[in-house]
Parts: sequence; C-alpha cells; structure tokens
Amino acid sequence: MTGKLVLENLKHRPMRSLLSILLIGVPVTLILCLVGLSHGFIEDSQKRARGVGADIMIRPKSSSMLSLGYTMPIALVDYFRKQPHVKIATGVLNATVEGVTLGASGVDLKEFDAMSGGFVLKSGGPFQGPDDAIIDEYFADQKNYHAGNRIRMLNSDWRVSGVMESGKLSHIVLPLDSLQVKTGNTGKVSQIYLKLDDPANTRATKEYLEKLPALEGYPIYALEDYTSALNVNNIPALKGFTIVIMGIGVVIGFAVVCLSMYMSVLQRTREIGILKSLGGSKGFILGIIMTEAFVLGIGGTILGIVMSYGAYWLIHTLVPASLPMVIVYEWWYIAGAITVVGALLGALYPGLIAAAHDPIEALSYE
Amino acid sequence: MNSDIIQIRDLCKTYRVGKVDVPALRGVDLDVQKGTFLSIIGPSGSGKSTLFHIIGGLTPPTSGKVIVGGTDLSAMTDAARTRMRKRTVGFVFQKFNLLPNLTARDNIAVARYIGGTDAKPEPEFEEVLRLLGIGDRLDHKPNALSGGEQQRVAIARAIVNHPAILLADEPTGNLDTENSKAVLEVLRDLNRRLGQTILMITHNPEAAAYGDSTVQMRDGRITERT
Ligand SMILES: Nc1ncnc2c1ncn2[C@@H]1O[C@H](COP(=O)(O)OP(=O)(O)OP(=O)(O)O)[C@@H](O)[C@H]1O
Ligand SMILES: [Mg+2]
Repeated sequence: MTGKLVLENLKHRPMRSLLSILLIGVPVTLILCLVGLSHGFIEDSQKRARGVGADIMIRPKSSSMLSLGYTMPIALVDYFRKQPHVKIATGVLNATVEGVTLGASGVDLKEFDAMSGGFVLKSGGPFQGPDDAIIDEYFADQKNYHAGNRIRMLNSDWRVSGVMESGKLSHIVLPLDSLQVKTGNTGKVSQIYLKLDDPANTRATKEYLEKLPALEGYPIYALEDYTSALNVNNIPALKGFTIVIMGIGVVIGFAVVCLSMYMSVLQRTREIGILKSLGGSKGFILGIIMTEAFVLGIGGTILGIVMSYGAYWLIHTLVPASLPMVIVYEWWYIAGAITVVGALLGALYPGLIAAAHDPIEALSYE
Repeated sequence: MNSDIIQIRDLCKTYRVGKVDVPALRGVDLDVQKGTFLSIIGPSGSGKSTLFHIIGGLTPPTSGKVIVGGTDLSAMTDAARTRMRKRTVGFVFQKFNLLPNLTARDNIAVARYIGGTDAKPEPEFEEVLRLLGIGDRLDHKPNALSGGEQQRVAIARAIVNHPAILLADEPTGNLDTENSKAVLEVLRDLNRRLGQTILMITHNPEAAAYGDSTVQMRDGRITERT
C-alpha cells in the first residue's frame, strides 16, 4: 500500500518526478563517465604496452612510471643489446600531441617490427620518407584521416603512410629520427624495450640489470609488472578527482531530493492530515516520504546509467583515440548506492516535518 | 450505564494561540449509548469540532475525563491516540478529504491497510457499498465523482474498519439538497441496520432531525439535549 501511495503520487506530478530523476541522474552519469574514462584510459594504455611485445622496459634516470618529458641517450640501446638473454632492444621517443591522453611515439620501424611482430596495417604501408606517419584507426576515425593525407601535428607536416589496427604502443607512430629532430631530442629516447630469448628469464635479467653500476638510477620494469601497476588507484590525482565527483553526486542528490520532497510535503499537508486521521503513525508517514525518495534515487541511477551509454556512444563516435571510455559495471552499484544514500538523507528532514504535522492543522490546510 | 460508549465529564480544552488562551470547551458533560445516532448543533465557534477532535483522539483534552470505548483518552500518549484512531473511530468531514491521487477503492484500502489488515474487506462490506450506492464508482478517482459520491466513499472509508463510533463533522455542508438527503439516509441506514453509533455535527435542523436525539452547544458547553 505504501508503494501504491508513492507511485500514485509520483505519477500525479510527473513533471516534478521526472525533473528530480533527471537532476539526480546527471551526477550519476558524471561519475560513470569519469570512471569509464579512467578505466578506459588505463585499459587502453595496458593493451598498447603489452602490444609492444617486450619483456622489460627501462625508463630514464629518476623518472617514474608515468612521468613525461624525461629522456636518455639512445646509445644505451646498444649497451643493452650486449647484455645476456637480450634478443632485441629498441628505443622509443614519446611526444604528446593533444593533452596527456593522446601521444605519438617515434620508433625504429625495423627493430620495432621485429619485437612486436609488426603493425597490422588496414590501409597504406610503412614509412617511406622521414615525414611519414602511421596512425591507428581510432585516431584516423576521430580526425577523418586516410592513408595518403597530409596532416599537421607537432608543428610539422606529415604524410599518413598507413592506418594500423589499434593496440600497439601508440595511436600515432613516427620515424624515430624525425621525431628526435623535430622535438629537439636528437640522440635521445624516452624508454627502451627489451625482448629476451625466453620470457622465463625476465625476473633474473631484471635483477641482473639492476645490479649493473652503469644502470644505477634507471627504473627497470618487467613489462608485466608495469602493466598491472597501471591502475586507477595508482594515479593519485584521478582518485582524488573521483572522490570529489562522488561528493558532488551525493550533495546534488541530497539537495534535489530535499527540495523536491520538501515542496511535495508542503503541497500534501492535507493528505498527510488525512492519513493521520485514519490512524497513520509518524513512522508510516516518514516511511512514505523515504520510500518516495528511494524510488527517485533508483530512478535517477537508472537514468544516469542510460545517459552514460549516451556519453559512451558520443565519445566513441567523436573522439575514440583521445578518450578511450569503457562501461564499468561494478560502478553502477557504487554510483547507485551513493545516490540513494544522498536521496534518503535529503528526504529525512522533509519526512520528519511531515511526520510531526499536527493532524488538525493539516486537515484545515487549504 | 455500562453501555455508554462515550462518557465525558467536565471536559475543557484551551488552545494557546501565541500568548492568548482560547477556551474552546469549558466543561462538557456527555454520555452516548452504543447504537445512538446523535446530532450536534450550535453556532459557529461553539466548540463542536473541537469536541469531535478530542473524542476522535486527534488532540488531547486540557482537563476532564473522556472515556471512549472503555479507555480514558486523557491519560493517553500521542502514539496511543494514533493507534486508537485506527479502529475505534471513523471520521467523515465536510470537505470529504479523500486522497486525490487514489481511486475510491484505494482510498478505502488505505484505511484498511493503516487499520492493520491488508486483506480485502469482508464480503459483508459489499453489502455496505451497495447500501451506499457507490458499488460501481469504486474505480474512479475523487475528481471524477460527484460531491455526494465522494462523501459516500468517505463514509465507506470511515466504517471499513468497524469503528465503535462514526464522527461526521457537517457531512452535508458541501452538498446540495438532493445529495444531502442521500448521505443522511445512508447514515440513518447504517445506524438502523448495522447499529453503527454515529455522532453528527450539522447546522441544518432538518439534517439534525435524522438523529435519535440532538445536543445543542453554545460557548464551549452543552446547553440542551433533546
Ligand atoms: N487549532 C486551534 N487553535 C486555536 N484555536 C482553535 C483551534 N481550533 C479551534 N479553535 C477555537 O476554538 C473555538 C471552537 O472552535 P470549533 O472549531 O470547535 O467550533 P465549531 O463549533 O466547530 O465551529 P464551526 O461551526 O464554525 O465549525 C473557536 O473559537 C476556535 O477559534
Ligand atoms: Mg466545526
């Protein structure tokens, strides 16, 4: 019966109900998009890192896992080639093209192909000149570029020699030499990848390399450790940002429901008086208001999820390379719980006011 | 004496409005036997509604003794009075006071639910609905019912939990002559056929004549009983 009272009331004021649900849904969508983007970014980075086919990665001295801008001399690649168990060594230079999420990599195509098994080209072919670029299909879709197009990035003109399947190293691949020159990093690389004779030797080789005096201060990662360490919790800024957005979600849910239920309680003063004259207790009245808030919270969550699919579709259609978003199902429950808690807290004050109404005054309310 | 379902002795009720005391009842004595249909008349402000609110447990007495169905209301807590409203009394108001979002059937069902039974009313209740003449109007919401129909739904809602007392505060105040007559006849039928105890406030002497006896109120006291 409480359910019926609640549903009929929600149906009776469809505009209020829908607006409340919409307003509650927006922060849910925000949370889901943020989480979807950070997970998508991480998954995309992991996939591309694995696609390199290396067993060990070396980063420049005193850099950390995700720091940008550090470089080391390319001569080190030769040094690594001479180490035991190392079958292939190759250096890669990074450059950011648009923000932190979209980068280009300069590679020695021959070495890189040997290590990774080669880029899978959907159209066009490998580099033919120093100004050639291979781009992946996401970036090609996002910019509507095709093999043969002349494009501008990093303050230079490039020719798209080929479009590759996404999932190896980077969205944009350029000849190492050219990128070094154009970014003023002649003779330098951002990381060095090693492929061993047998992946089983990874641990031992890593420990061996770490002990070499010449390599002191260089972070050396087993690639598997590197990819599994790439997760949302290891990016402090992202974690903080997520918490802030969650807080905003709770506050908005709270405020929307508080306002909406407060208005509804005022409008329904007389109905509350009627229920009280029939013997409805304070708990019964409070229960009705809380149930209504619960329904609004659930409705907002569902709408928020639906809208997050809308955002997902938009992002995949417009900027698949810059913003790799995924749908993270576990977060439906987290976002839902946050929203419902906010809604219930918001309904508490109006609910208590309704429960405390004097029945005689409520009945004489016009 | 024991068959008195209402016993009131020296009942006073004073409302406090800001710093001013407004005496609404100033020493009411009243006994009502089970099965009575009692009319209450009196000028505006004489305390009729206040008397009903106290008998119905909507507000506590300021002083005096009020025994309804064997329990003393003056000693009751707020929560106990709320419980008592579920089954001991049924209210009918001048303004019908149906829940606007619910159908007539659901309005009756809410009372039943709050009264503690979620089940459908007993089969005999169908008989009552026939008596009230609303059997075929139950699936309409209040705004699709005439005033007379709304008031008869309100009566059905008030008696669905078999209250000891039905309190009707100017039940025909918002109705035209024809609908008034229908509602008054329904009340008389409920009283005669089912033995329902009814207290009815009215301004209209013709309506008052439907009752077995009439009580006159003035300035917070009962001045005459016939
Ligand atoms: N909730 C209240 N707060 C303050 N004063 C009240 C309240 N209810 C009633 N009164 C006062 O008590 C007195 C009796 O009012 P009551 O409503 O019982 O009269 P009544 O006989 O029902 O009048 P009417 O015929 O107009 O309905 C009036 O003076 C009224 O102003
Ligand atoms: Mg009155």
